[in-house]
Amino acid sequence: MITTIIIYTLLAGCLIASWVMSREKTIKASKMALKVLVKTMPSLLAVLGLVGLTLGILSPQTISSLIGTEAGPLGTIIAAVLGAITLIPSLVAFPLAGSLLRAGASVMTISAFVTTLVMVGVVTAPMEIAYLGRRFTLLRNLLSFAAAFLIALLMGVIL
Amino acid sequence: MKTIKRYLPIIIIGLAFIALAIWDPEKADASLTVSRDYLKEMILIIPPVFLLMGLLEVWIPKDKIRSWLGAGSGVKGALISVLLGTLPTGPLYIAFPMAASLLGKGAKVSNMILFLGAWAALKIPQLVVEMKFLGPEFTAVRFTLTLIVLVIIGQIMERAFTGRHEVLWEQPGESVGQKTKQMGTKR
Repeated sequence: MITTIIIYTLLAGCLIASWVMSREKTIKASKMALKVLVKTMPSLLAVLGLVGLTLGILSPQTISSLIGTEAGPLGTIIAAVLGAITLIPSLVAFPLAGSLLRAGASVMTISAFVTTLVMVGVVTAPMEIAYLGRRFTLLRNLLSFAAAFLIALLMGVIL
Repeated sequence: MKTIKRYLPIIIIGLAFIALAIWDPEKADASLTVSRDYLKEMILIIPPVFLLMGLLEVWIPKDKIRSWLGAGSGVKGALISVLLGTLPTGPLYIAFPMAASLLGKGAKVSNMILFLGAWAALKIPQLVVEMKFLGPEFTAVRFTLTLIVLVIIGQIMERAFTGRHEVLWEQPGESVGQKTKQMGTKR
């Protein structure tokens, strides 16, 4: 909610300033925005559908039962994969991760889950591809997924 | 043919929804609710962000972005990128068009990895929630390790992308191909 207010306030300020300085440039900016919006609409819709499907099938309860029962390296891998494919708001994800940790899940598993959750976005990939290209998206997500295991391993050792 | 290809993912996702509705109506219902909530958020947030990006495209000159975030920006550029990423509260999907726009204006790939990574994993409002539920130690260690990893990923991707960009935000009348060539010679 606060984000929305900030964005609209910022936009209003910038639009007024831009309109005063140059009407043509403002119209040009709006046309560009519209063009990109139309161009990326299919990927926006794809992401919407994917977010719903993954969260509908993998509800927080399902995730916690999947992570909670499996201990050891396999548990960490499952956690990393679940984190990579789901897109959970942090206000839901962190309490979930915290309760799993207190219920006996290892630091390594929870680190892997949290790291892939925030850094790897399978569900948002259609949008990332639309704006940044296939190569960029693939490389960024693969490297982040690999890095999550490194982070998880180190966190397991440190904490 | 091209239109079909563009909408193929949506068609597949639509079919998946129908399959889910037959197989498990309750889960399909939950899925639809989540998608609907996201749709509401996106409708509210995406148009203003795109307009802001359009204004940035029109008003901020290329050499400004290049000197702040480009090839010669060094540590200062990296710090600006992390700062830009940690402050906002918005969802990651609005950071993608921003990164694309900045890349088109001459920002370094490694800096955009820092920006996207900070936005996804290190933003301050999210860290507060993390500290509350996972503890300050967990948060501090994860923050430090993630930052180090982002620097490394940035360096790897910088090398993989030197001289080639696939950016969507382009000046009208200037094709992406021309732009890539221009950027290649300037580097």
